[in-house]
Amino acid sequence: MKFDLQQWINTGRLKSPWVAHYDCGSCNGCDIEVLACLTPVYDVERFGIINVGNPKQADVLLVSGTVNPRNRVVLKNLYDQMQHPKAVIALGACGLNGGIFQEAYNVVGGVDKVIPVDVYVPGCPPKPEAIIDAVVVALGKIKEQLEKADRGQAVNG
Amino acid sequence: MARTIIPFGPQHPVLPEPLHLKLTLEDETVVEAIPALGYIHRGLEGLARGRDFNQMVYVVERVCGICSCIHALCYCNCIEKLMGLDVPRRAKYLRVIWSELHRIHSHLLWLGLFADAFGFESLFMALWRVRERVMNILEATAGNRVIISVNIIGGVRRDINGAMLQHMLLDLDAIEKELKPLYSTMMNDYTVQKRTVGVGVLSKEQAYALGSAGPVLRGSGWAQDMRQLKYEAFEDLDFEPVVEHEGDCFARNKVRFREVFQSIDLVREAIRKLPDGDLAVKVKGNPEGEITFRVEQPRGELFYYVRCNGEKNPERVRIRTPTFANIPPLLAMLPGVQLADVPVIALSIDPCISCTER
Repeated sequence: MKFDLQQWINTGRLKSPWVAHYDCGSCNGCDIEVLACLTPVYDVERFGIINVGNPKQADVLLVSGTVNPRNRVVLKNLYDQMQHPKAVIALGACGLNGGIFQEAYNVVGGVDKVIPVDVYVPGCPPKPEAIIDAVVVALGKIKEQLEKADRGQAVNG
Repeated sequence: MARTIIPFGPQHPVLPEPLHLKLTLEDETVVEAIPALGYIHRGLEGLARGRDFNQMVYVVERVCGICSCIHALCYCNCIEKLMGLDVPRRAKYLRVIWSELHRIHSHLLWLGLFADAFGFESLFMALWRVRERVMNILEATAGNRVIISVNIIGGVRRDINGAMLQHMLLDLDAIEKELKPLYSTMMNDYTVQKRTVGVGVLSKEQAYALGSAGPVLRGSGWAQDMRQLKYEAFEDLDFEPVVEHEGDCFARNKVRFREVFQSIDLVREAIRKLPDGDLAVKVKGNPEGEITFRVEQPRGELFYYVRCNGEKNPERVRIRTPTFANIPPLLAMLPGVQLADVPVIALSIDPCISCTER
C-alpha cells in the first residue's frame, strides 16, 4: 500500500488536538477551569490534548467570556491565524450570549457575534469534565471538515 | 544602540489573561514598559443601575472568578452596614471559612503558575494537584467549584454541618502534609532561587510611595493586611500579617506560600470556634446613604464604595482592586531587567486583569 502523507497528518490531528486558549473578557472562572483540565486530576494530556500559546499550531480555539469592542479585533486576528481545519469552543454562560454581563455597556455579546462557534459549553463556570467533553465534540466537527475536504479539494495547511 | 518595541500579550502563554505590555528593549534589556489595559472591560459598575441591591451580589462575584467570595463579602458588608443589619455570628464565621479557603486556592493557583513561568512544570502540577483538594471542599460545602455564591445580604445562603466540618479538618491536615515538601522545594531549589532571588526588586520606600498592596507590599517589608481591621470573625481569630523584607520575586513567593499555611490555621481555628445560631437575618426596606469598606483579597486590599438613595437600585458602586494598585510597582520593577525575566516579574504581582478592568 502506498504511504499517504495526508492520511497520516489527519490521524495526528484527530488523535492529538492542540488547543489555544484566549480569555476574551471572562471573570477568570472559566480560565482557571481550563487550566485545571491540564493538571493531574483531569490530565487531558492522556488524550493527547496539549495547550499551546501559538494559534498557528492550534486545531481548537477555546474562548472564554464575552466580547467587547477592543478584544474582538484580537479574537478575529487569532481565529484568522489558525490553519484549517479548525474548531471554536465558546466557554461559559458569558461566552454563549453575554450571560450576566449581557446588559453592560461595553459588551458586544457572545463569541458567535465575531467568529463562527462550533461547540457551546454552558455553566458559570463549566466544570472541567464539560470542557474535556467539548474538546471531544469539537474533534467530531474537525473530522467532518476533513471528510468534506477529502471529497473536494486538499486541506489547506 | 537601536531600540526595539515588542508586545508582551495580550495573548501570552504564561498568563491566561490578556495583560498587554509594550516593552522597549535595548538588546535584551528592558528600558521601558507601557501597559495597555481595557481588553476585558465590561462595565460591571454600570450594571448597578439596572439591578437591585440583592441581585448585585451575583454581579460583583463575577468581577473576578478567583476571589469571587471575597468580592461578595465586601459588597454585602457595605449594604449591611448601610441598613444596620446585625449579621449572625455563625454566618460571620462561615464567611471567614469560605473566604480563607478561597485564599488558599488562589495562592496555590498562583504558586503553580509562577512555577510554570520559570519552567518548573512538575512543581506546577504538584501544586495544582493539592489545589484540587480545596476545590473539592468548596464543591462539597457550597455546590460549585469556582463561583460559590454563598454570601447574601444579611448572612450566608447555606450551612456546613458537623460531619462536613470534621471532613474538612481531615482534608486540611492532608493539604498541609502534602504542601510541606513542596514548600521546602520552593524555598531551597536551585532553579527557583536562580530565577527569583534578586529579580524584580521593589524597595521598601518604593513599595510605599507607589501604593502597592497585598503580598507585594508585605514582600517589601510592610506589615499591612486588611484583616487587621478585624472585619467579620477576624476579631476573634489569631492573626498576624506575614512579612518578608527582601522585596524581590522570591520574597513575594515566600509571603504567599506562608499565607497558605496561615489560612489553613485560620480555617481550623474558625471551625473550632464556630458558634451555633441562625444563618441570615431578614432584610426589609432599601439601603440609604454612602459607605466605604475594605477587605483583604488574596492579591491585596479590596476597596468598595457604595452609595444608595433609598431605592432598590444602588446609585453607585465603585470598586478599587489590588491589581490596579500593583501595576505602578510592576512598571517600576521592569526597567533594567532581561526580557526572559519579564514573565516571572509580571506574574510576581499576581495580576488579575478581570479585577482591574471589570
